[in-house]
Amino acid sequence: MKEQLRSIEAKAQEAISNVADLKALDDLRVRFLGKKGELTAILKQMGKLSAEERPAMGQLANQVRSTLEGLIADKTAALQAAAQNARLAAETLDITMPGTKPPVGRLHPLQIVENEVREIFLGMGFSVADGPEVEYDYYNFEALNLPPDHPARDTQDTFYITDNILLRTQTSSVQVHVMETQKPPIRVISPGRVYRSDAVDATHSPLFHQIEGLVIDKGITMADLKGTLELLMQRLYGDDCKIRLRPHHFPFTEPSAEVDVMCFQCMGKGCRMCKNEGYIELLGAGMVHPWVLENSGIDSSAYSGFAFGLGLERIVMRRYNISDMRLLFENDMRFLEQFRG
Amino acid sequence: MDLSLRWLADYVETGVDPKEFCAAMTMSGSKVEAYTEEKTRLEGIVVGKILSKRVHENADALFVCSVDLGGSEPVQIVTNAKNVQEGDLVPVATPGTTVTEGTESMKIKVAKVRGVESRGMFCGLETLGLTQNDFPYADPDAVFVLQEDCVPGQDIASAIGVDDVSVEFEITSNRPDCLSVIGLAREAAATFNVPLHVPTPSFTGSDEGITKTLDVSIENTEKCTRYCAGLVRNVKIGPSPRWMRERLRASGVRPINNLVDITNYVMLEYGQPMHAFDLRFVKDGKICVRNARAGETITTLDGVERALKETMLIIADSEKPIAVAGVMGGEYSGIMEDTVDVVFESAYFEPVQVRRTAKALGMRTDASARYEKGLDETSMPITLARALQLVQELGAGEPVGTTIDCNYADPKAPRIPFDPAWINAFLGTDIPEADMRDYLSRLDIQIEDGQCISPSFRIDLLRPADIAEEVARIYGYNNIPSTVIRGVARAQLTPEQRFERSIGQIMTGLGFSGILTYSFISPKYFDKIGLPADSKLRKTVTITNPLGEDTSVMQTTTLPGMLEILAGNYSKRNAAVRLFEVSKEYLPTGPDTLPEEPHRLTLGMYGDDADFFTLKGAVEVLLEKLGVPNVRYTRCGEACPYDEACAFHPGRSAVVYSGETPLGILGEIHPDVQKTYGIGTRTYAAKLDVPALFAAAVEEITYKPLPKFPAMTRDLALVCEEDMAVGTLEETIANAVGRCLEKVELFDVYRGEQIEAGKKSVAFNIVMRNAEETMTTDQADAAMKRVLKALGALGVELR
Repeated sequence: MKEQLRSIEAKAQEAISNVADLKALDDLRVRFLGKKGELTAILKQMGKLSAEERPAMGQLANQVRSTLEGLIADKTAALQAAAQNARLAAETLDITMPGTKPPVGRLHPLQIVENEVREIFLGMGFSVADGPEVEYDYYNFEALNLPPDHPARDTQDTFYITDNILLRTQTSSVQVHVMETQKPPIRVISPGRVYRSDAVDATHSPLFHQIEGLVIDKGITMADLKGTLELLMQRLYGDDCKIRLRPHHFPFTEPSAEVDVMCFQCMGKGCRMCKNEGYIELLGAGMVHPWVLENSGIDSSAYSGFAFGLGLERIVMRRYNISDMRLLFENDMRFLEQFRG
Repeated sequence: MDLSLRWLADYVETGVDPKEFCAAMTMSGSKVEAYTEEKTRLEGIVVGKILSKRVHENADALFVCSVDLGGSEPVQIVTNAKNVQEGDLVPVATPGTTVTEGTESMKIKVAKVRGVESRGMFCGLETLGLTQNDFPYADPDAVFVLQEDCVPGQDIASAIGVDDVSVEFEITSNRPDCLSVIGLAREAAATFNVPLHVPTPSFTGSDEGITKTLDVSIENTEKCTRYCAGLVRNVKIGPSPRWMRERLRASGVRPINNLVDITNYVMLEYGQPMHAFDLRFVKDGKICVRNARAGETITTLDGVERALKETMLIIADSEKPIAVAGVMGGEYSGIMEDTVDVVFESAYFEPVQVRRTAKALGMRTDASARYEKGLDETSMPITLARALQLVQELGAGEPVGTTIDCNYADPKAPRIPFDPAWINAFLGTDIPEADMRDYLSRLDIQIEDGQCISPSFRIDLLRPADIAEEVARIYGYNNIPSTVIRGVARAQLTPEQRFERSIGQIMTGLGFSGILTYSFISPKYFDKIGLPADSKLRKTVTITNPLGEDTSVMQTTTLPGMLEILAGNYSKRNAAVRLFEVSKEYLPTGPDTLPEEPHRLTLGMYGDDADFFTLKGAVEVLLEKLGVPNVRYTRCGEACPYDEACAFHPGRSAVVYSGETPLGILGEIHPDVQKTYGIGTRTYAAKLDVPALFAAAVEEITYKPLPKFPAMTRDLALVCEEDMAVGTLEETIANAVGRCLEKVELFDVYRGEQIEAGKKSVAFNIVMRNAEETMTTDQADAAMKRVLKALGALGVELR
């Protein structure tokens, strides 16, 4: 009987090690360990043994069963792992195929840059003011020290609705609205559309965008104006960006300045982009004219302030190297798709 | 303003090269646009002396010349010029030179002309960029035979004096004094801190009494405060000398003849326009400055007859207008070949008067542009003397020694407090007082008793801030430090501004890209979208002086602008687009009041993934994310609040509401409109009213506890008439279930074999839950009974 058990064990061991799938393994389990299995059949003969032999034989039989059960369990795990691996291998994807994209929208480049400028100013404590685009002559010109027959009106070809109502030519029109409704300290920007009667070409559009800035408080200096604009340009173009102020004339600021920013292509050395100037004209600015303050009910002996106006298109075109302004208004998807924002 | 640097050197010696000059002038406030060295366009052209000339062996019309170009050997040049002779000095373009005639450029090469080698080309005036006005003795249609003092091989630029440097300044409207050589010389002297020399003009005239011949009176002394007149007898009209012609040319003014050139020269030098009248056409020798009378007309120098208005100021003789004051002379007032005696005028006309007149007559002249900016009221006698001095110097006539000065001017030089401490505080600088005084004195601003006295030519200095600017620009704007604004400012976007920013974020998240369209449109756009003739949207804010009809009215609807962009993209074969824009509509409120400018969100899309429900889905997500409650959709019926409904497919468009407030319109574009725009695919658009969205949106969000008790769900498949709206079914189910309804959701619509024709099967998933206890099957069944009863009343059956 001992030999029989040993023989079953050896037979089963060999069979289990050779089995290739889970089904066959289960068949082996039934064949050797099942109720009608070979081992059970042997054990049924235990009754024929003497009382002395029985414990030893019983022990041996259990040993064989336990060995076989262990082998089957190990083999089961091994076969399951192999099957899992086979399934995973079969599910392999070509990961170089393109992903399924949800539709992607982007902001218009002008919007991207406007948002950026807004954030910069928000960080400097500026609020955002809005004003009408169809505007009274008063706010666009007269209250800005440009009386009806002022020659400087010629430089802004104006679209008129009536003798007294026009399309604003500058966001500076918002200055007076702000001064009429807020008391100093004032720190606002006002982005928006402005209109001038310029025929459309690569660098002109009858509609374009400006961002106006206005600061009024006690003790505001021209140095503050310089510092603020320098900060803006450094945020926009990097910390080593330099600006340059040139004297100019705007009727609503005194002193007035045109502000150039160092050409970021050549860093001031002069190149084709900046027409060998090293600098690019970017905005107009100045100290708010005392007449404008007084006209808006602000005591010019107690308060001073500065204002500036920034052309957005110019910044956008420089930033993305766009040479034709018309592209901004054509809204060709192939153009719009190139921006991230 | 084009400045001749040679002319400038009469008054100031800056000691720097043109580049440095331009940079420094720009930084002190006289902005240089560009500078041109005249000689650069004449490079490669030299003086040649013709040593011999013979007829070309192969062509009778050509000549072969041996020319001395200053080198060791003469060179051979073939020409067709008949007017050159042995011994003549001529301009020769040498090989390698590019010459321009008219619009054509050509590079001179060594070439064989009919078998004979030619090493250059003789040049005429045109090739040198000149006209006969520059060299009256030259034949304009032939080679320029030089009568100048020059030698073979010499650069032509120096030989003919075309070697000045012309600097183009952009002069701002507050500085009319800088529209002159002397004005700019003063700025240069201040900029470079060098002395300025301006001699006082003087002349010696005959002792004839001018008043015997000429009588000047001013009727309107408000509009003309000063009128100076001088008389020149026996003028000799001829070309002016080369130095004057050179300077005029470098200043961008064409030389004409000595008398005309003198008036232009004085205008450029001092900024004061001068006028010269032929005495023969000043009837009775009477000059009267007055307003035009009703019905008066004048034929101006340009030959146009112009009707004058009583508000216009004119110069008249005893009978008729002879000039429009400060704008243009009359037809016979100018200098002619047979002019004998000339009256010179130097006057001050009130700026606004000149500006209005010039504008009304549509004649903006160089003179009017100067008058309208404001001249120096003290300069009239000086400029008149200068003109007469030049007449004398040039031998152009015999000036009469006495002049007339009708002077009603009352120039009060503004006195402005000089407060160095305030200036430093205003600029944020620390400039010593002595430096400030130095800067101001360089600009001819005197300081007396703590007061700055504005010089008569500076019409722009009125206030302390003006003085601060003068100090700042000479000190140098870029020497001002950069500081940070002191004080605290509280800045925050307003709720509206945050709301609009979210719209942009949500729309890009939904795959829509931002666009930018014009605010003005063509009135034809209303027809393109099929807007009814009586639509209120056709009442527009209209531009009186538009660039063209295309951009002549402010949009009252954003829809056509979006459709234009969709059409543009379609024509460029962009397969699919999803676009959005937040822009304004301009809605008139009255003839003298400003329009309303409400913001609109406009969506547009076409492409494979575009249909009504993708658009509606986008709108639904948008409204949900913006927090707009009680959203419902109705068909655009007769009471549609949007006139744009006409542009939409009637069966595939909707008005979206929050409660009873309309928020916008959306849907498929009407096939006719699509066709009009040339879009060959189904196109979808929506227009939403941003202020209405904002008003409806609920910003506050309060957390609701998660449910504690399980839900009951029931699926319901119904059969109903084809035209029964899913929305009605949903509403009926919701009302019948009542408070315990959590969700009713459509999951299938079926038409086909098992369903009777004209009917459809609609299936809903209904989720119910009690907040306080577990819902029982009995309760759920009872709810379903109520639902079926309510639906039954609508003729809807369980499938």
